[in-house]
Amino acid sequence: MTVKRFAGLETEFGILAPQDLNANATVLSARLINAHADLVARERHHVAATSWDYTDERPLHDARGFEMDRDAADPSQLTDTPRELTAEEIALTTDAQPGKIFAEEASMLAAMYREDANDVGHVRMNMVLGNGARFYVDHAHPEYSSPETLWPADAVLWDQAGDVIARRAADHVRDAWGLGELLLYKNNTDGKGQSYGAHENYLMPREVDFEKAAAALISFFATRQVFCGSGRVGLGTRSGTPGFQISQRADFFEAEIGLETTVRRPIVNTRDEPHSNWEKFRRLHVIIGDANMGQVSTYLRIGTTSLVLSLIESGRAPEIALMDPVEALQQVSHDPQARAVVRLKDGRKLSAIDIQRIYYDAAASLCADTGADTEPQTADVLSRWGSTLDALARDPFEVASTVDWVAKYQLLSAYRDRNGLQWDDPRLAMMDLQWSDLRKDKGLYFKLAERGRMERLFDDAAIESAAVNPPEDTRAYLRGKAVTAFPDHVVGASWDALSFSVPGRARIQRRSLIDPFWGSRATVESLFELQEDIAAFVDALPRT
Amino acid sequence: MSQEQIKPQPQKQDEEAVPGVPTPAPASASAQAQVQEVDDLLAEIDGVLETNAEEFVRGFVQKGGQ
Repeated sequence: MTVKRFAGLETEFGILAPQDLNANATVLSARLINAHADLVARERHHVAATSWDYTDERPLHDARGFEMDRDAADPSQLTDTPRELTAEEIALTTDAQPGKIFAEEASMLAAMYREDANDVGHVRMNMVLGNGARFYVDHAHPEYSSPETLWPADAVLWDQAGDVIARRAADHVRDAWGLGELLLYKNNTDGKGQSYGAHENYLMPREVDFEKAAAALISFFATRQVFCGSGRVGLGTRSGTPGFQISQRADFFEAEIGLETTVRRPIVNTRDEPHSNWEKFRRLHVIIGDANMGQVSTYLRIGTTSLVLSLIESGRAPEIALMDPVEALQQVSHDPQARAVVRLKDGRKLSAIDIQRIYYDAAASLCADTGADTEPQTADVLSRWGSTLDALARDPFEVASTVDWVAKYQLLSAYRDRNGLQWDDPRLAMMDLQWSDLRKDKGLYFKLAERGRMERLFDDAAIESAAVNPPEDTRAYLRGKAVTAFPDHVVGASWDALSFSVPGRARIQRRSLIDPFWGSRATVESLFELQEDIAAFVDALPRT
Repeated sequence: MSQEQIKPQPQKQDEEAVPGVPTPAPASASAQAQVQEVDDLLAEIDGVLETNAEEFVRGFVQKGGQ
C-alpha cells in the first residue's frame, strides 16, 4: 500500500459582484469561464473549441446496485446534460443594463466562439484546460475540477492551480473587460442556509464491497475534519447560533449514505460514475470535505483518505461504528477545542482525535507490514497524520501553521480579544469570508501565508506551472496536451474520452481514455512529435 | 487551548529534499525578516477588511450548490 492513488478534486467557488449584489450568479459564472477563454485566446491566438462530452456521465447510478428514478431526482442531480441558460439569463447576457453583461462583451464572445451544443447564445459554459482540468458553470457557481493526479502532493498542486486560474479570470473581467470586481471565495457556505461543495474523487477496485467500505468510511469522514476542516463562524445552516466551529460543511449533512449532493447530503455519497472501466473500478465520490486554502490541510485530507481506502481494500479497516454519525459530525465540528466525545455503538465514548488515532494506528501497522513506510510520500503523510493528532491532543494552536481551521480560529480569536467582540459580530463573519477571498491582497489566508505563518508545500512558481501544464503520470497529460496542440481539432472531451474532427473525414473520431493510466507522458509523448498531423495522431490513439 | 499569541512556526528548510516528498517552499526573505507582533498583523487586517462588514456579509448571498 502507498498513498499513490488516482484522484481528483472539484471546487465550487462562491461568487459575488460587489457593485451589483443582484447580478445573476449563473451569468457571473459564465463571465468568469469566458474570461479564461479570452485569456487563453490572447496567449495562444486561439482557444480550443472543445465541448464537454456527456456521453459517459451516469449521475443516477447508485453504488449500492440500483439506479435512481430520473423523475425522483432533484434537477440539480442531472449533471449528464449541459447546463443551459434560462431565457432570462440569455437576455441578461446581451443586455447592456447595469449589473448585466454589456452588449460589447456579448458581441465579442459571439465573434470569438463558434456556437455548439455547450455554448448558449455564444456564451461558453464549459472549458477543457491545457492542464487537463475542467472549468465550467455548475448551476450558479464556477467550478474547477482538477486533472487526475496520482499522488496527494500533486492533488494539492493542481487544486491550488485552480485558485490561480479562477482569480486570474476574475482579474481579466475587471482589468481587460472593465466589468468591475468579481469576488471569488474558496469556501462552502454563505452562512444563510446555502452550501456548495469541494468534492474529492478516488479510484477504487470495483471488487471492494461498497457497503463495507461505506461502514468504514463514515466514522473516518465524520472525524477527519479535526485536521482538514476550514473553520467557520456561526453554528447551524443559517448561522443562527453565535460561535466558531471546525468545519464549513458539517451542518449541511443530514444522512449517513445516499446519492444526493444538493439535498439530504450524505456522509458517504453513492454516485457510481467511474469515469473509467466500469468492470474494474469504482470512483469514490466524497462530498463531505471543506475547500481548503491551506496546502497542508488539503494534503492531509487526500493522503489520509487514500490510506484509509488502502485499509479497506486490504480488509484491515478498524471497526468503529458511531451511534449517530450525523450528530457526531456536528458535535465534533461545534467544539473548536477538539475535545468533544461522541458515542460509539459498542458503548465507548471517544473524541475525534481518539477515533482518528485508531485509523492512524491501523494504517501505520499496514504500512509497516507491507514496507510502504519506506516510500517517501507515504511515510510523510503517515508522519504528518500522527504528529498532527498528537499536537491537536496537546494544544490545537500547535498546528496553526498547517491546519486551516486552527489558523483561522487563532487569527479570529486574537482579533476578537483585541476588540472585545462577540462571535456574532459582523467583523468576525467578514474575516471568515475574507479568509477564503482569492485576491492575494485581500485574502486573510494569503496574509498569513506571505508572513510565513502557513506552511507551504509548493511555491508560486510551481503553482503557476500547474495552471498551464498537466500532470505527467495520468491520462490528464494526453487531454491537456491535446487541447493545447490541436485546438482546432479536439471538438469534445470528457474524463474518459476525446473526440476529434479530422480534415477529410466525415465522422467525428471518438477515442477512449478509459484506462486512467494510459495517456501519461511516458505512453503518448512521442505522439505529440507528430506536430500538426492530426490524422496520424488520432489513428495512434485507441478506438472507443 | 491556550490563548497564546500568534507566532510563526519554523519552516523545515534545513531538511534535504527527498524525492516524492513535497518540500516546503522557503518563506520569503521579507516574511522571515518580519516576525511581526500580533498587533501589527491585526492592524494590517483592519486595513484589509472590507469596510462596512455588516452590509457586506448580509449581501453575500449564494445560490445552492452541490
